[in-house]
Order: sequence, then structure tokens, then C-alpha cells
Amino acid sequence: MKLQQSTILGLYAVLELAKAEGEQLSTADIAAKFDVSINHLAKVLRILVRAGHLQAARGAGGGYRFSGNIKRTTLMDVIELFEPVSIEGFENPDLPQATDVEAGLAIALIEISEMMQATLQSITLRTMLKMMQRDVANIP
Amino acid sequence: MNITEPEKTIPNVHIRKAIETDLPAIMTFDERSNKDLNPHYWQEMFNRYGDDHDKQLFLVCENGAEIVGFIIGEVRDWEFGSSPCGWVFALGVRPDVRLGGVATQLYTVMCEFFSQAGVDKVRTMVARQNNDFHSFYRSEGMMAGPYIQLEKDL
Repeated sequence: MKLQQSTILGLYAVLELAKAEGEQLSTADIAAKFDVSINHLAKVLRILVRAGHLQAARGAGGGYRFSGNIKRTTLMDVIELFEPVSIEGFENPDLPQATDVEAGLAIALIEISEMMQATLQSITLRTMLKMMQRDVANIP
Repeated sequence: MNITEPEKTIPNVHIRKAIETDLPAIMTFDERSNKDLNPHYWQEMFNRYGDDHDKQLFLVCENGAEIVGFIIGEVRDWEFGSSPCGWVFALGVRPDVRLGGVATQLYTVMCEFFSQAGVDKVRTMVARQNNDFHSFYRSEGMMAGPYIQLEKDL
């Protein structure tokens, strides 16, 4: 699975703002940190606001702050805003019109897809922040 | 969205080793035995893990006089070619006290037991669809291990 650029920006933004614990960050702050396009990031941030994960503050000194629940929001919740989380293009192997080749491939790919979905649904932003802290602590 | 990490703290909880008279309470909220509440299964579990053992541990969590959670684990040696490690293979929390940190306390005590038994790894297995348990174990720092569980209809 290759995540789209919007999805990656969405994950960057949500995690950066969740890590900031309510502190407000501007689009420019986040774009500079990850060296990404401000325009593209701005579109992504609007989607995250509409989904209720972020709050926008307008005007001078405006920006975004995380407004969701880091213990409840999962990686899947964020990714699904930007793209479907599944391996597309293969039919259900139980459908009668599937050829033997299609059915065999579908069984293998559905297994992969289900494991991917289960993993993404199980990792909350809080768990991600803990993982980030552990990784930083392990840097020699 | 998932519903696993603690949102509140349940006061007056106490972790201790299970005793035989805890079993009826455990059976009322163990998700695996809700269909037929198999007392023989639990009696066997208690016989195998409930007494003092070096490598097995069966703990309960009390809230006042009520049993609100349990965990069972053991150190398994060289299973599937793995060096000895701790396995958590049963964990349950009464539904009305979930999100109160009970599972975290039980899991923490179990991990201390494993450490004292001389192992440095803890493993478990969760159903792919069981997002609550999966998220809980992830929140405790567990990640996918080097083994893949396989099965086949016979």
C-alpha cells in the first residue's frame, strides 16, 4: 500500500498537533517542519477540521489546534478521510463470476487487506505518541 | 474509533492471586465463556494456573469485594523455536468498569511476574476483529511479533 501525499500530510499534521497538546500551530509552522507545500497542507487541514480532528483559529496569529481525542482517534480514522484502506481491484472470491485465478488472488489480497485494516484500527494517536517518545529515548 | 485506553480511574482496586471462589464471578464476564459458561474449563484453568507456580500466574482485580478483572499468563519455553517468553492468554474486565485502567494494572503486574521469572519478552494473540483488545495491547507498547499465526479448516 502506497499512501497518497494528502494522507501522509494528514497524518503528519494530526500527529504534530496532537503532540502539541492543545497548542496552536500555523500551516506555515507545520509545512516548514515537514518541508511540504503550504497550499497542499492547507487543503488537508481543512479536511481534518471538517472531520472534527482539528479546530481552526482565524486572523493574525491564527492556526490550528488538535480538538479530537488522542485516545480514541486511530490511524485508520485519519487515513480514511483521504483514501480507502483496502486493496482494490479484486472481487470477492465467493462471487460465482470470479475465475480461479481471480479467486485465488482475491483470497491472498483480502487476507493482507484485513491485517492492514486491523493494524490501522488498533493504533491510536496516543499509542503513536508513546511510540515516538520511545523511539526518541532509544536514539543513542 | 476504538474504546480501549483508560478514561477514568477505578478507586480501591487491588490485584491478587486468584482463589477458587473467584471463578463464578469471572465466568460472568469472560467473553469467551459467555455462550455456555463452562465451569469445567475454569476449574481446569484454576487447577493449572491458580496455585503457586514458578511459571504460571492467574490474577484477579478486586474493586471492594467484587471481582472486576482477571489475567492469566505463563512463561513458555522454546515454543515455536522461540527463546523463553511470557504469554498472556486470557484477559477480561467486567464491562461496567472498562476504561478504568483495570486491564493496565493486571497487565503490569503480569509483566513484572514475567520479568522476575527471567524473561524479557511478552507475547499474546488477539482476534483480528477484536479491536478493543488489539488497541489495548498496542497502547501497552506491544507490536506485531516475528511469528504469523496460520490455520486451516479440517
